[in-house]
Amino acid sequence: MADQGVNSGRRRFLTATTVVVGGAGAAMAAIPFLETLKPSARAQVAGAPVTEDISKLEPGQRIVVQWRGQPIWIIRRTAQMLATLPTVEDRLRDPESDNIDQQPGYARNEYRSIKPELLVLVGICTHLGCSPTFFPEMVAEPFDADWKGGFYCPCHNSRFDLAGRVYQGVPAPSNLVVPPYHFIDDDHIQIGVDPEGAA
Amino acid sequence: MANIFMRAANGAVDWFNLRAPGFVPFYRKHMSEYYAPKNFNIWYIFGVLASVVLVVQIITGIWLTMNYKPSAAEAFASVEYIMRDVEWGWLIRYMHSTGASMFFIVVYLHMFRGMIYGSYQKPRELVWVLGMFIFLALMAEAFFGYVLPWGQMSYWGAQVIINLFGAVPVIGPELTEWIRGDYLVSDATLNRFFALHVAAVPLVILLLVALHIFALHEVGSNNPEGVEIKQGPKGNRWSDKAPTDGVPFHPYYTVKDLFYVSFFLLICAFILFYEPTLGGLFLEHDNFLEANPMVTPEHIKPVWYFTPYYAMLRAVPDKLFGVMAMGGAVIILFFLPWLDRSPVKSIRYRGWLTKILIALFVVAFVSLGWLGLQSGSTVQTWVARILTFYYFAFFITMPIWTRIDATRPVPQRVPEHD
Repeated sequence: MADQGVNSGRRRFLTATTVVVGGAGAAMAAIPFLETLKPSARAQVAGAPVTEDISKLEPGQRIVVQWRGQPIWIIRRTAQMLATLPTVEDRLRDPESDNIDQQPGYARNEYRSIKPELLVLVGICTHLGCSPTFFPEMVAEPFDADWKGGFYCPCHNSRFDLAGRVYQGVPAPSNLVVPPYHFIDDDHIQIGVDPEGAA
Repeated sequence: MANIFMRAANGAVDWFNLRAPGFVPFYRKHMSEYYAPKNFNIWYIFGVLASVVLVVQIITGIWLTMNYKPSAAEAFASVEYIMRDVEWGWLIRYMHSTGASMFFIVVYLHMFRGMIYGSYQKPRELVWVLGMFIFLALMAEAFFGYVLPWGQMSYWGAQVIINLFGAVPVIGPELTEWIRGDYLVSDATLNRFFALHVAAVPLVILLLVALHIFALHEVGSNNPEGVEIKQGPKGNRWSDKAPTDGVPFHPYYTVKDLFYVSFFLLICAFILFYEPTLGGLFLEHDNFLEANPMVTPEHIKPVWYFTPYYAMLRAVPDKLFGVMAMGGAVIILFFLPWLDRSPVKSIRYRGWLTKILIALFVVAFVSLGWLGLQSGSTVQTWVARILTFYYFAFFITMPIWTRIDATRPVPQRVPEHD
């Protein structure tokens, strides 16, 4: 009865177009609500480079600086530390730094650094973002009887060697990240800027 | 004189009912004429206790927001200000923090009740699924709330949980940035978690709780015998259409619940007056240090109610699969109504196989909870792996063992015990 004289084709068309247009409108209206959750302009500019004086950094020592709110480790490795790097390679997941997202091209070498002794790493575990602890001594640790020195994450027991390379059989999937950095002169390092000429 | 007051009162009631005719039938449907099985036991108090805790959390939460400052610079100090300088602030804060843990205790027991009495079976699948959504929302609410005091555990807990989403292939890193609103857990993160904790998620929880109760009242409550009272004889002393084995929820169960609520609140009071941190379980020691993005605490762990899942995450030596195991452990519970193929509901009429497997499940779940609190030695990791395996095997093989297990005939009516 109610359908008498009704052009049902037109009614379907109008219903469908209303749904499509209304749906598109709702989707557009959702965009600002989703976008507003992204890092704001203020958060983006907070990522400026930092410069650090490393002249007082003795072999075997580490300093921690803050860049983009993250801890950045700068470690002057001893010759003994560098000598351990090849000895652990068969226990690592990515000894050759094949995952190119984890370091700039100029740090993709056996030491994962520009100067062999100076290691620069983002001190954030690639598993779930804890900051691993520095265990530089080559002594048996509760988490590894054959420990050659490196970093141990207390959150989920991930382990890294003294070049930030991840061990096999731990939850962290990849090596610790090397941030972009360069040396202004022999005593000063700048975190956040690539060396001149490097892509 | 009394007559005048009575007439005035009746007049007001009539005036109201004429304008809101649905109110009294609504009250009857859900309270005075909701016929619940007469054989409820102590396992049937946890739904009511969860509602009580929800109300306590909302009220104490509102009071906390009056002095709390949701900014990275001020949050930690404002919580200490509440604890030390605000009149009775320590009580409100400890009620809220104790309430959070008590919420999980009663909800876990409430869910376990559903498991042993088959309360999720047909026709109550929807009640279970809605309840699982409440559980998910509650986990989110608890997580957001734990970040707000901006202590070390707040900060690093947030860091770890947000990074779980980084395991999502392709979009992972952008997704975590979007959740944080920054390149690291920061003021922006804290501020939005505050918004979610005090407005968005509580609204969702309230809506889901209403749906959970409405869905339950459509199909009626299960009981320890797993007998469908609606399929039994009709007629009791209140109505000749109501199930004979049912009693009105109000006043019969409300009065009983009132007693248990008092007892429950007594336990809560004991905790919050004498041991508000419960030895670092309800409030972790490291959370009394202000958040420091440069230093991860030596031994990071979530609050006790997340530790079973955390132990599973840690047991899997792969990021993506670890996160999947953690999420899957919760998601698999949604499917319980369809995994259980037993013809009977209650454990009382099931065989020894079901009883042993459920008992082992309890042991596994509690042990995982304990392991999640430990630092995770090699032995502990292997035990966690075995228990994680059992957790999933329990559910995945459930269609088999529920079908082959022996059952005893279920009576037509709720048995008399006198």
